[in-house]
Amino acid sequence: MHSPQRKPPIRHAQRYCLGAFFLLFACVSVFHAQDTFKTETSSGVTNIRIAVADFKPSSSDTQTDGFKRTFDTTLYADLANAGIFDIVSKSLLPQSTPGTPAEINVQQWSVAPASAAMVVFGSFGIQGSKIVCNGFLFDAKNLQYPQVLAKQYNEDASEDSARQIAHRFADEIIFRLSGGSQGIAESKIYYVKITGADKEIWQMDYDGANQQPLTHLGTVSLSPRISPDSTRLAFSSLGKDGFQIRMYSLVLGRMVNFQGVGGTNLSPAWAPNGKEIAYSSSRSGDPEIWISDANGALARRITSFRGPDVSPVYNPRTGSQIAWISGRTGLPQLYIMDTDGSAIQRMTDGGYATSVSWSPNGQFLAFAWDRKYGPGAPGGQDIYVMEIATKRWIQLTHDGGRCDFPSWSPDGRHIVYANTADGKAGHMKIMTMLADGTQKRALTGPGADMPNWSWK
Amino acid sequence: MIAVQIKFPRALVLVATFVALGAVTGCHKKASGVNPSTLGPAPAAPATAPTATITADPLAIDLGQSVVLNWRSQNATSVTIDGIGDVNLNGTQTVSPSNSTNFHLTAKGDGGTAEANVRVTVRVPVAPTAPAPAVADMGSEAAFHQNVKDIFFDYDSYDLRPDAATSVAAAAAYLAAHPSIKVVIGGYCDDRGSAEYNLALGENRANAARTALVSAGVPASRLRVISYGKEKQFCTEEDESCWQQNRRAQFSLDR
Repeated sequence: MHSPQRKPPIRHAQRYCLGAFFLLFACVSVFHAQDTFKTETSSGVTNIRIAVADFKPSSSDTQTDGFKRTFDTTLYADLANAGIFDIVSKSLLPQSTPGTPAEINVQQWSVAPASAAMVVFGSFGIQGSKIVCNGFLFDAKNLQYPQVLAKQYNEDASEDSARQIAHRFADEIIFRLSGGSQGIAESKIYYVKITGADKEIWQMDYDGANQQPLTHLGTVSLSPRISPDSTRLAFSSLGKDGFQIRMYSLVLGRMVNFQGVGGTNLSPAWAPNGKEIAYSSSRSGDPEIWISDANGALARRITSFRGPDVSPVYNPRTGSQIAWISGRTGLPQLYIMDTDGSAIQRMTDGGYATSVSWSPNGQFLAFAWDRKYGPGAPGGQDIYVMEIATKRWIQLTHDGGRCDFPSWSPDGRHIVYANTADGKAGHMKIMTMLADGTQKRALTGPGADMPNWSWK
Repeated sequence: MIAVQIKFPRALVLVATFVALGAVTGCHKKASGVNPSTLGPAPAAPATAPTATITADPLAIDLGQSVVLNWRSQNATSVTIDGIGDVNLNGTQTVSPSNSTNFHLTAKGDGGTAEANVRVTVRVPVAPTAPAPAVADMGSEAAFHQNVKDIFFDYDSYDLRPDAATSVAAAAAYLAAHPSIKVVIGGYCDDRGSAEYNLALGENRANAARTALVSAGVPASRLRVISYGKEKQFCTEEDESCWQQNRRAQFSLDR
């Protein structure tokens, strides 16, 4: 018989189908809105599993112990931070410290628990007044001919030498195992240090060590940008007539000449050939992007719209494009153009975008973006990376407080940026992370801002 | 009788005669009556006192010009001029004194000492007195700030609000009434947003204020612009009233 309450099974199925359809549709639209892409470190390439042994001491005294400890920790950190290794944790390493190829049992390292594909080991000691360090890189899977690298280092004995030797050896390993890309262990970061009421330009190693002052101008100095060959540092400094572009020579250890002009002159950026500098200048009454030679002569203007134009950066691979920030439509947005001022393209579609940095391979822009900016809005400024060809973007920082001034590393795998957890300008500190947003850590304490990574 | 025949040759006799004559008269010059080498020094007649004169041409100069000194001495063995030192017994010298000088010459000789003077006058220009401090000319700070009020802006904006028009007019009137006042206009931003962009925005704010004043008749040469972005803050609270205080173009006396 036919019960009127019971709905035919086909209707149930229809309802379920419809429900499933809506669910699927909702999921699809969520993914579409994200439109993410992968940067190199998260592209799914398996990282090389590398075991880094403590080096064997070849001399025994307290000085050797201290320097060797510095060397071991620096080498381990450099390889762990490289972004291309899966580093074996110290607790899984075999209990041996081989110092020479004769002393190592390679098989011990290739089996569990280490399961390493590559092994780094060697000896470290002080002879006379010099550090003598022998480093080896072995392929743990090739038992017949395992040696990949054998390096010897010989430097005056000091804490800093121990650190620099570790950086150089790490870069050699990275160069060999990453298929030719330059390691960053010897690169430097230039930044603004808040010294009371003033701001000076300082320098540090890429891992935050060796923080030291470069300028002593006793005023507000901002936007340090190192030249591609690391010989000169351009920055903007407050003089009695306003902000001017100034130049510091790292080779001579003093300020050198840069032609001054009237108006407010900001945010210098080097062309990759080191011969030109782009910067924002208001000499014509409105801040526009100008390009001059490295001494400030032969300046020409390349933007011409009413509204603040600031923070230019060259495409480091081609040198023929400039990205910059313009307030010509209201809140500042991200644009790119050719270096003659043509082919202007707007990249961001709203919010408050600022402080752009172009990746070394020319494909990505890193910038600071507050996508909900406005009076009364809970705005949060975070670091974003945008793929230029598609304008798709990913957000790298979340809920950590205001972030600004991202700068790409020379290997394109890391980004350094400034962050203040409580929003106060005086509490800015410099952080580093991989270009996919992982492995964030602080390089400085509070009072550091506007970092700029060297080109090599 | 002895008939000695003198057989001396006649030449021999002649020679002897000449020799005898020579011995008597001598073949030499006729000597003067006095051998000078036997004379003693001349009896010391009283030594003549030295004399000296010195002149200068011209006698009066402007600072930086030169004077030619000219001196003569007689019966002197050494001559000195104060300020120059030992000089020739007669001579000239060009000098450039930096202020009025009395050139005093001393001539020493065997007969005594002689002196001579000449006075050279140097006209030194009086340094002009420094102009009176600008404060007196520019009026007081208080009066300035009462009449020339700062202009405030909306967030991310460098356009003058409608209420700014009245303060611009009042400021322009005050500046017209005090033509010696020069103004420096500072552009400021609140501390949200990025340091570089805010410096450019501050520049635009200050320039907007400058343009407004110029349109109201103030000569552009009296107005100077500096942007401070968010580097200098008037207050530090994280609320809208403080942020509004910081979004401004500030007018100050440009000393």
